[in-house]
Amino acid sequence: MAAEQKIRDYILQNFLFSQDQSLLNSTDSLLAKGIIDSTGVMEMITFLQEEFGITVEDSEMVPENLDSVNRISAFVARKQAAAGA
Amino acid sequence: MIAALYHRGPDGARFYQDQTVGMAHARLSIIDLDGGWQPMHNERKTVWVVFNGEIFNYIELRATLEAQGHRFYTNSDTEAIVHLYEQYGLAFVDHLNGQFAIALWDIERKRLVLARDRTGIRPLFYTVARDRLIFASEVKALFFDASVPRRLDPVALAEVFTYWSALPPETVFEGISQLPPGHLMVAEAGKLSVRRYWDWDFPRGAAQSSKSADELAQEVRDLLIDSVRLQLRADVPVGAYLSGGLDSSVVVSLIRHYTRNPLRTFSISFEDAEFDESRYQQELVQHLGTDHTNFRCTRRDIAEAFPRTVWHAETPILRTAPTPLMLLAGHVREAGYRVVLTGEGADEVFAGYDIFKEAKVRRFWARAPQSRWRAGILGRLYPYLAHSPTSNPAYAQAFFGQGLEHRDRPYFSHVPRWSTTQRAWQFFGPAIRDRLNGFDPHQRVSMVLPKAISEWSPLARDQYLEAHTLLSGYLLSSQGDRMAMACSIEARFPFLDHRVIEHANALPARYKLMGLTEKYILKRAMAGLLPESIRTRSKQPYRAPDSQSFFVQGRPVEYVADLLSPASLREAGYFDPAVVERLVAKCRAGRAIGFADNMAFVGILSTMLVDRLLLRQPGATQFSGVPSVGAIPPEQRTAAS
Repeated sequence: MAAEQKIRDYILQNFLFSQDQSLLNSTDSLLAKGIIDSTGVMEMITFLQEEFGITVEDSEMVPENLDSVNRISAFVARKQAAAGA
Repeated sequence: MIAALYHRGPDGARFYQDQTVGMAHARLSIIDLDGGWQPMHNERKTVWVVFNGEIFNYIELRATLEAQGHRFYTNSDTEAIVHLYEQYGLAFVDHLNGQFAIALWDIERKRLVLARDRTGIRPLFYTVARDRLIFASEVKALFFDASVPRRLDPVALAEVFTYWSALPPETVFEGISQLPPGHLMVAEAGKLSVRRYWDWDFPRGAAQSSKSADELAQEVRDLLIDSVRLQLRADVPVGAYLSGGLDSSVVVSLIRHYTRNPLRTFSISFEDAEFDESRYQQELVQHLGTDHTNFRCTRRDIAEAFPRTVWHAETPILRTAPTPLMLLAGHVREAGYRVVLTGEGADEVFAGYDIFKEAKVRRFWARAPQSRWRAGILGRLYPYLAHSPTSNPAYAQAFFGQGLEHRDRPYFSHVPRWSTTQRAWQFFGPAIRDRLNGFDPHQRVSMVLPKAISEWSPLARDQYLEAHTLLSGYLLSSQGDRMAMACSIEARFPFLDHRVIEHANALPARYKLMGLTEKYILKRAMAGLLPESIRTRSKQPYRAPDSQSFFVQGRPVEYVADLLSPASLREAGYFDPAVVERLVAKCRAGRAIGFADNMAFVGILSTMLVDRLLLRQPGATQFSGVPSVGAIPPEQRTAAS
């Protein structure tokens, strides 16, 4: 399964408690839509580290990296690329 | 009906009845043990009263009333009410210093008066069924009348899942109202009228004082000493709760230093370090030399007693925190005590909660929204939480930055809390969601706010909101009166003496919240009376383990599995079974670490318990500790004459 789909499914399952894909667009702001708060971010980081084997630094825990499915996917791709380089 | 209230008054029940009115009273004997039976009457037996609670200034009232020619036939606080009514009419209530739910019947005027204390310590519910007004201290007594509907009100349910309680006069039950705190109801000539006789009030603009901080602190201390002195009045021994925090320490310390009352204290400790305050409790016990009992509460205790908690609370609740307090009250009762003083109310009166600091930082930030430095102050809040909402600065700023542009709205302080709580709405099923179209939590709460609020200081607005949502709707009821009375214990609250509230409300805001130091004037007032470690300790709100209490080795306890099964959820109709199933899976895996998930879980479970225990199978016996009603023995039922 593509990373983006895994991330999307995790958010749906863990924060929206749903399988309805229409509830979440890839560009939706997770903060603005009330889907995630700062505790939710901790859950998200744990998921990303376990699922994708990446390490997330404190300085990287910012909405610019984590506030939508697209941003998270891009962030994970960058981290994986950097780790593989 | 009175049989349903046995736990509130296990010492016996008496009643009054004529062709128009019937009034019954279950007694918990505290003042005038032999002579204090209710209903009670005036000299000519034309005014009758039943009431739950205490009138703390009854000795002073009696002296004044006797000087005015009234004759008393008991030594009870109750009797002062009928004579006050004779003397002052409906203004009788202005003279009372106490916590009370009163029903008074004036035979000559054919007028029934209901009155509730100023801050909502004692509950009072009513409904109109078959053209009759029915009232009681708890809803379960009203349900004894078969014509009273037993249904949850979807809008009130949504209010619980927003503000933590239904907003008065609503209750979560359709057609059943509560008399709001500080209100009187008069039933006369076939009409009901309700009016407010007291409210939290604050100065217009910024409060000023020409007195020094030391003078103001001394006034606070003197008032609290007098409040404690009055609230120790009883013909039975009086104990006190000791949480380890500042507020209960103040009460216990004032008892030690300014009264001759023997010091008997009680506390809760937890196996989970995040919630446990026993280190501070022990420090104070040793400092003051109290005779102390500690109850160590486990997750298993909470799971086992939670159904009984909900049966007594009569509303969905979003935290398990009431349960340990109910169990503690049981230990107090076993120790032979009927009355305890607690520190509840100090955080509302003297601005102790983090929500006040949070609002202050957000308002400061809102004046320069681009300032990262201003927002960074948020990191000083919530240091006691294992998963603090401010631990990630970027997200804390994004979360608490919501609605900054509305900083002049009176409910500004509470928007982040309500939006977190409202995340539980995603679990509502379609039948409830359909009824909530158009529900606007900001507009709804605005309807119960006074017009003058916009002229008050920002902190005063925040205090008013807190006093009218969390304090009266949850802390004093679900976590206060109802948990204590479940074990026939009367809780008393010296910080909620209206003289203390009125004095504190008139203080300049900076003397309550000095920078980000909470309860500044109270701490100053207690200098020299408490260990410095307690006096200067930062606020740690009382909490208990939530969703994790209901799972043992990854499996839900039996009744939780039953109530949250798809079949039970579908039958009840409030929640979407598929969505709830995913939340339960998250909680079961121990991944529910935030407030929102835990509040949703406890809220859903307690809603299902309300449905099962109060609406479908009253007093369902398969739940541990839920009493069967109708238990008052016939020999304890006596007609007044």
